[in-house]
Amino acid sequence: MWEYTDKVMDHFRNPRNTGVIEDADGTGEVGSMACGDALKLTFKLGGDGRIADAKFQTFGCASAIAAASAMTELIKGKTIAEAEKITNQDVANFLGGLPGEKMHCSVLGEQALEAAIENYRTGKPAGVKEIEGRVVCHCFGVTEKEIEHVVRENHLTTVEEVTNYTKAGGGCGNCLDDIQEILDRIAGEKPKAETKGKTMTNLERIKLIEQVIATTIRPALQADGGDINLVDVDGNRVIVALKGACASCPMATYTMKGFVEAQLRQAVSDELIVEAQ
Amino acid sequence: MKTVYLDNNATTQVAPEVIDAMLPFFRDAWGNPSSMHSFGGNVKKHVDKAREQVAALLGADPSEIIFTSCGSESNNMALRGVVEASGRYPHIISSCVEHPAVLEVARYLNKKGCRLTELKVNGGGHLDLDELKASISPSSLLLSLMWANNETGVIFPIDEIAPMAKEAGLLVHTDAVQVAGKIPIDVKKVPVDLLSISGHKLHAPKGVGVLYIRKGTKISPFILGGHQERSLRAGTENVPYIVGMGKACELAMEHMDEEQTLVAPLRDRLEKEILKICPDTRVNGDPNARLPNTTNISFEFIEGEAILLGMNEHGICASSGSACTSGSLEPSHVIRALGVPYTAAHGSIRFSFSRYNAGEDVDIVLKHLPGVIDRLRKLSPFIKH
Repeated sequence: MWEYTDKVMDHFRNPRNTGVIEDADGTGEVGSMACGDALKLTFKLGGDGRIADAKFQTFGCASAIAAASAMTELIKGKTIAEAEKITNQDVANFLGGLPGEKMHCSVLGEQALEAAIENYRTGKPAGVKEIEGRVVCHCFGVTEKEIEHVVRENHLTTVEEVTNYTKAGGGCGNCLDDIQEILDRIAGEKPKAETKGKTMTNLERIKLIEQVIATTIRPALQADGGDINLVDVDGNRVIVALKGACASCPMATYTMKGFVEAQLRQAVSDELIVEAQ
Repeated sequence: MKTVYLDNNATTQVAPEVIDAMLPFFRDAWGNPSSMHSFGGNVKKHVDKAREQVAALLGADPSEIIFTSCGSESNNMALRGVVEASGRYPHIISSCVEHPAVLEVARYLNKKGCRLTELKVNGGGHLDLDELKASISPSSLLLSLMWANNETGVIFPIDEIAPMAKEAGLLVHTDAVQVAGKIPIDVKKVPVDLLSISGHKLHAPKGVGVLYIRKGTKISPFILGGHQERSLRAGTENVPYIVGMGKACELAMEHMDEEQTLVAPLRDRLEKEILKICPDTRVNGDPNARLPNTTNISFEFIEGEAILLGMNEHGICASSGSACTSGSLEPSHVIRALGVPYTAAHGSIRFSFSRYNAGEDVDIVLKHLPGVIDRLRKLSPFIKH
């Protein structure tokens, strides 16, 4: 049984704003019955340019119903520009959190809102999902662009998380390697942060090293049962301690030079030398 | 709120008589049945008695009964044990609607080098016996088929299939976990070589299972390191649970008739009324060849987990083949194998009864379920309002 918050159960039992607005200004339809969840979101603007009313219909589990209900509550009273900024994380937060495996329900809400706003702006018929770019997961029809979007917005680092958020990879599993590649690519570009190349104070430099370790290096090592601590930074020498499975791993030297040092050089400075404590 | 438990294919209530039979073996008679002293040695008599009680339910000889920890272990032991004992990587025949404890083991053996045939089923959940015959080749060693399906209750004609497969020289294993206690089993008449049952599906507790192994069957040990269970499954006997299993089998024999006279009528009334009250519903599987206690109904346009949670609010326990309840993202492999469209597969609900249910349980479901279905359908974008 899933651990749903009281708020999820409340919105499942008493969903707000159900139905369809007949003369809606924007209509978004996403998902399908085959995939196990589908959502139709409609909204109507008031004279002040704010969303005066929003309604939904959904085919899905308790959390899909709750997420759709939450989305309608979140967008009411907002301008289109404000509504556009609402993310799936906002929906999940509004509900006091969702089980990891159910995050795709909140993503469906965000996608429905995007589709409804697109429909409002362009007048293109709702419900016709235009495939943009390469389809990665053929079981659930998830594109590379959608995966990238969700990975960036939610700071996802593992394939399992991508499946939880987008369903991609949850069917036959043939695209799991593709998803990993997308994750690797995004992880690789993340720390490039504008900072590299600029003249940094020693403090900025240490902070950046810490940041790269926290966002890129540590999650990768933890995935293999290991961990890493920053011990000291002395000029270009970065002293670290490998922990857990990494400490006794025969590949430790490679991990240190080929991965940790490479990541830090790429993000911070080409002159860095990483050493074990 | 009364709990209306209609999920007996998932697990069953432990019979009070079973609990009573078990308790002395926690409190007083906790000796090791292998001991030389009488304090332990006396316990062995009770293990022997349990073995006789299980054998009686199956029509087997007590020496052919191996106690395991669960039905999944029995299935693992059967498939892996006979393949290993064969000394080769033989051909295995099974079906695509098996429980994962058979299907995943068969696929594991397939990866190791065995050839595997997964027989398809038709819309009613039945095998094509000609296809089965045609799949048998000189390298075939084992046919493993469930006697009845856990999700739909559909019964495979093992009594017809087993003689045919034996004649072709195959070993026959049947996963009878859902059958034991619900319909009669007699291995004297049905020539299977291996048969798995599970305690907690027939009112014994979780943590005990049985593998019947016909005398003379070549099988490798599953757990090494002791003489217990004829050295095929080492480990000190789980005495209280084995005693409970024996008692549960004895009770199952006593109550077998009630499956037809009490349980089936409850199931039939629930099914008939649901189909009458709720539009756009369908029964999955073959209503004419299934267990007396099971019905699997699809509610179109809505999703199973939401139905289950809606019923849960009224104390009703059932289960679903929907993706959301399985923890995976795909609906049940059994329901899809029947060719049920995804739209109906996601909204499939299984009600499974036991002799502990009564007419009141059906009344409660019929009182609350239509409201749950109606409320969810009002939310659904796929239904014309």
